[in-house]
Amino acid sequence: MTDTSIQPSDLLETDDGVSLKAKLARATRRNKLRALGLVAPLGIFLIIGFLWPIGAMLLRSVHAPDFGEIMYRTAALMEDWDGEGIPDEAIFTAVVADLTQAKEDKTIGRAATRFNFSFPGTRSVFTRTGRKINTLTEGPYTEGLIEINDAWGNHEFWLNFQRLVKPFTTRFYLNSVDYQVGENNEIVRQPEERQIYVRLFIRTLIMSAIITGFCILLGYPVSYLLATLPLRYSNLLMILVLLPFWTSLLVRTTSWITLLQKEGVLNDIVVGLGLVSDENRLQMMFNATGTTIAMVHILLPFMILPLFSVMKTIPPSYMRAARSMGANQFTAFRRVYIPQTLPGVGAGSILVFILSIGFYITPALVGGQSGQLISNIIAYHMQRSLNWGLAAALATILLLGVLFLYWLYNKIVGVDNMKFG
Amino acid sequence: MSLPAYAGPGERIWYYSFRFFCGLVFLFLILPIIVIIPLSFNAEPYFSFSEGMLRLDPDAYSLRWYLDILTNGMSDRNAPFGWAWIADSWNNAQWLHSMRNSFFIAFVSTILATVFGTLAALGLSQSDMPYRNLIMSLLIAPMIVPLIITAAALFFFLSDLSLSQTYTGIIIAHAVLGVPFVVITVTATLVGFDRSLMRAGANMGANPRTVFFKIVMPLITPGMISGALFAFITSFDEVVAVIFLAGFEQRTIPRQMWSGLREQISPTILAVATIMVTLSIILLTVLELLRRRSERLRGIKPQ
Repeated sequence: MTDTSIQPSDLLETDDGVSLKAKLARATRRNKLRALGLVAPLGIFLIIGFLWPIGAMLLRSVHAPDFGEIMYRTAALMEDWDGEGIPDEAIFTAVVADLTQAKEDKTIGRAATRFNFSFPGTRSVFTRTGRKINTLTEGPYTEGLIEINDAWGNHEFWLNFQRLVKPFTTRFYLNSVDYQVGENNEIVRQPEERQIYVRLFIRTLIMSAIITGFCILLGYPVSYLLATLPLRYSNLLMILVLLPFWTSLLVRTTSWITLLQKEGVLNDIVVGLGLVSDENRLQMMFNATGTTIAMVHILLPFMILPLFSVMKTIPPSYMRAARSMGANQFTAFRRVYIPQTLPGVGAGSILVFILSIGFYITPALVGGQSGQLISNIIAYHMQRSLNWGLAAALATILLLGVLFLYWLYNKIVGVDNMKFG
Repeated sequence: MSLPAYAGPGERIWYYSFRFFCGLVFLFLILPIIVIIPLSFNAEPYFSFSEGMLRLDPDAYSLRWYLDILTNGMSDRNAPFGWAWIADSWNNAQWLHSMRNSFFIAFVSTILATVFGTLAALGLSQSDMPYRNLIMSLLIAPMIVPLIITAAALFFFLSDLSLSQTYTGIIIAHAVLGVPFVVITVTATLVGFDRSLMRAGANMGANPRTVFFKIVMPLITPGMISGALFAFITSFDEVVAVIFLAGFEQRTIPRQMWSGLREQISPTILAVATIMVTLSIILLTVLELLRRRSERLRGIKPQ
């Protein structure tokens, strides 16, 4: 049917006198609504239980109203301070009023922690001042506060104070790429010993790349074997791939601890064989090696399964055709077989890479110091240091990376084509 | 792929070394899982094979770590065996407590994920579905977003609703994490679904509900069950969200293993791990049977 011809549905009518076209449109609309209605419960569940929480957490990376809320009187006055020297008596009076109330509300500790994150070593300024705040019954408060702790007379301390009472901030992002706001509100690099995050991001990327590389190296031949063996053998061998896939992550990590530790099975074997003396047992755990070995084992099925499903669809006659035309085994494999498997390699690699840059459990248990990944530092800031803003900023950067890869995966493979087993 | 008769010596060497390499990879995959099974019967409190074990001396093997699963945390573990002992173990043993939690949480979150996921998969497979790709990407996202981010986000969210450290909170989290697996497996089942069967049913006078229950349901049930199994194992294995969301009362098996591995490392963990491996073997078998049944139902002949 071409565009110029009259569509039969324009002319035809159904028995109730409505044109067929309108009737069809209505039916399509109803179908669309029904489809949407079926997806809606899950959609709403995920929006409330997944998207919203993640959005709210990411907001914490730029929004930190805590300190400003606790010191709200000071915060209101702080806006007009010109940033020269130290503020005037009015602001000091407000600080005393705020701290007195914070002491009653027991929120001084929180304010102190927040302040300490952006200006390390100042925690005690708040706690100590809080303890003595009741002795300051009358002015001038400027001298009184400075007497309790001379940080109150410090210009840099006050600049930091002014930045911190603002509810919105970019400092967490600066910190997560190893920068900070310097003395005169300019952006400077963190001191050498505190530059850890960029290095950690790079390490996470490199280790994920290495793990993905190993997975291709080990997974490709195995998938090829599985795809070319007769079904009765390959089904049996497939169990060896699927069983690890179905076994708990923690169980597999436990196994690797059993195998890799100094008094573990592998070390016993090499010592038993006399390759290594008993005193020089190999350190295979609590470093990057341990993390890499365990993660390759855990993620290998995610490489083999997509590779296998692609290789399964490649007709063996192509290789035979190439050979009959004079290519040797190697050339036929390289020029005919490998190009056809690239979608599978791409799918598997992206999947393995995505999963490994977000890995947490295995690095935490077998990683030691040098095997930690970015997730571990996010968990550390969430649970130990309680620097939630920084955790959120690091998480946002990680998430953006993952979403980019997910988008790439979608382009190459399409989410619809994801399958298990 | 057997070696052709005309293969030269080079090809022969290549062929056998290739097989050898694949054999090594299979060993690498399976050995770590197998090795913990004999170790869990170790009579000594170590994570390595004792000399007695290598000599297959029966005295070097024992069930003490399995007994420890039952007794650890009991108020009186030396009491004589009887109803009181069983009641004490059931109520107080830490591992049993976390096993109960694991099964309960996995069960409820699986039901949630399966119901939501199956409905959504049915919607997604309609030909008129608008924004199909976008919605699909959203539904799969919980599988892709790093667990630590989801867990941290849910921690803040559920704390605000004072649902952290409750079963409800963990069940919500696990249902979110299980949904993608159900959506993917059920959608995959529906791809091969012959829509003319529905029309045939309607043609013969069945109303949409009858068509759904008599025709659609039986055909997608295998996909639904395997999706549910995936959701179940996801919840059963999941530990990051539990670390963030569970209090002592809600700890699950993986949570208990996590703290066991970090604090007081004991072979009881190997005994638990062995039980979990057994469980995954059972699940794997069920899945394989389901796959065969589904192929048979849809008339696909096993090749």
